[in-house]
Amino acid sequence: MRLPVLESRNLSIGYRHTDVELASGLNLRLERGKLTALLGPNGVGKSTLLRTLAGMQKPLAGQVLLTGEDARRMRAAEIARRLSIVLTAAPNPGWMNGYALVALGRHPYTDWLGRLSACDRAMIRWALAAVDAEDIAERPVMELSDGQRQKLMIARALAQETDIMLLDEPTAYLDLPRRVEMMRLLKHLAQETQRAILLSTHDLDLALRSCDSLWMMRPTALVVGAPEDLVLDDIVAATFAGDGVAFDKRSGAFVMKRTAGIAVCLRGEGIAQIWMRRALERAGYRVSDLPAAVQIELDPSRPEWQVAAGGGHSRHRTIAAVLTKLDDLLPRQPANGRPSNHRK
Amino acid sequence: MLLLILLLALLAVSLLSLALGSVSIPFDQIMVILLGGEADRAAWTNILLKFRLPKAMTAIFAGMALSVSGLMMQTFFRNALAGPFVLGVSSGASLGVALVVLTTAAAARQFASRLGLGLTGDLLLSLAAGLGAGITMSLVLLAAARIQSSMTLLILGLMFGYLVSALVSLLLYFAVPERIQAYINWTFGTFGGVTWEQLPILGGMVISGLLLAGGLAKSLNALLLGENYARSLGIHLGWLRLGIVTATSLLAGVVTAFCGPIAFIGIAVPHLCRALFHSSDHRLLAPATMIIGAIVALLASLIAELPGSSLVLPLNAVTALLGAPVVIGVILQQRSPERSYPL
Repeated sequence: MRLPVLESRNLSIGYRHTDVELASGLNLRLERGKLTALLGPNGVGKSTLLRTLAGMQKPLAGQVLLTGEDARRMRAAEIARRLSIVLTAAPNPGWMNGYALVALGRHPYTDWLGRLSACDRAMIRWALAAVDAEDIAERPVMELSDGQRQKLMIARALAQETDIMLLDEPTAYLDLPRRVEMMRLLKHLAQETQRAILLSTHDLDLALRSCDSLWMMRPTALVVGAPEDLVLDDIVAATFAGDGVAFDKRSGAFVMKRTAGIAVCLRGEGIAQIWMRRALERAGYRVSDLPAAVQIELDPSRPEWQVAAGGGHSRHRTIAAVLTKLDDLLPRQPANGRPSNHRK
Repeated sequence: MLLLILLLALLAVSLLSLALGSVSIPFDQIMVILLGGEADRAAWTNILLKFRLPKAMTAIFAGMALSVSGLMMQTFFRNALAGPFVLGVSSGASLGVALVVLTTAAAARQFASRLGLGLTGDLLLSLAAGLGAGITMSLVLLAAARIQSSMTLLILGLMFGYLVSALVSLLLYFAVPERIQAYINWTFGTFGGVTWEQLPILGGMVISGLLLAGGLAKSLNALLLGENYARSLGIHLGWLRLGIVTATSLLAGVVTAFCGPIAFIGIAVPHLCRALFHSSDHRLLAPATMIIGAIVALLASLIAELPGSSLVLPLNAVTALLGAPVVIGVILQQRSPERSYPL
């Protein structure tokens, strides 16, 4: 077994002054070249765990070892050469261009005046290239988007030349394509530069697809495993179980639980039918191909939707029009009335 | 390059402040006197060496000290409106001075006459001001550790200031009139009260404060990313905080002791520098704020003199007139508390 670059032994995390223990007995390890995601519901202590591992917060008990050495016995400057962080919100550092921001990553290696050697500059250039941010190196950081700034913060962490990178929800403020891009980048960096990268995220789908290992944090315990194992063992489903949402093992995504609604019958197959089914389910109908009071069918020759109910027929061009028609045909009673009517 | 131009500008303003005043002295005569020669009129030698030269040097030291301490505070609190005056540090120094001036009879008399103040008196005054500044700064720091919002912090700083003012007015209420007059004169602010004997104390303290600030420049750059990132870059935050508190209280405290509580230079000059250099790099900003701070202080003192007249305005009125518009500009540029004016 390879030596883990980061290891926790019997770690308890939480807040001493409020007497809150979020997790205990944690024996975790991070290895070179592996991308790990820390997942869990809000408030379970993901950030606290990351902060404790990064040394930003004291553990309640236990130790954090960096390549076998107790982090508490190390000076801040020593830790800075082994572990770098990227936080959720990219800071606004004032009048500074992208290059200068990444250059701050060389802080643990430069002299008291912070002068950059040729080696430092080469490392900065490499880090900028690694995250594909050379084009924004000369631009003022203030003018950049959140995604671009976060990229620079990752480049800065790379320039810090550490075996371990900890990222606290680095994609939280990014749009979906940017999140996918960021995840791909981290995956690539972990393999390419043989770093151990741990990130906390809420993007379960992305984490399942790209991470080598998952840490599923639950109020009761933290479960570690390969993404696929955790899905098959129903760990993922159990971690995120909630009212009205369920984890669908087949698609690897969350689906809204079906509620018992008025039955409608949808006939036929094809892409149009799939989307009609989704629209009907979204509107709260129970969809099946068994006979029901209302029957919906696509007339492929037109193409138009045909709605049949109680002997009458109507034709509609769009799904929206079908839903409007259904509202007329099947008026729904307000459930339980208004809040003021609640009586015991 | 720009730094060199600024240095030349500083030289020019220095000469100007030596030449102008209630009596104008020609430039060539200034050179003669400075080089140890005999001026056309003996009075000029006297005015220049006894009054204007120490005054100009005091202005330069004070301008440098206040601006650099303002720069450090703005980065430290990540707040564009931080400064020795706003955060109540100057008020803390005032309290220290008030305690000494209004209660110690001997020091008060000497202070009032501004003559032959003994070395111990100066040191006592500086020490009191420095301690006052340091204690206030530490209190603000304690509050800052608990309060994340920078706006709240500023309001807290103002409250500290009011509290200190209240204590000072209590002291004033029970003090004898001549000491009150001495204290009030001190609050108007002046660079003219420092004698040749006192100058080494002021200069020595300012220079050591500036050296300390220079040593912190690299860490201050990392601090621009916030404390968490700074720590992750290997900075021992405890030591850095101690260094910043020591340097700022030393700089702001000693200047306040000798020149009075001078407003706005500390907060406005760093902004002028950032706007001029489009940089947040403290290794550039530290020398730049020093030079511009010195220039601004000299100019303010020059304007307060009202050259050609025998009137002298309170220095604080002039610095406020110059500095307040800059600060108002900064506030107006602040779109929201989160997206604050770049530091």
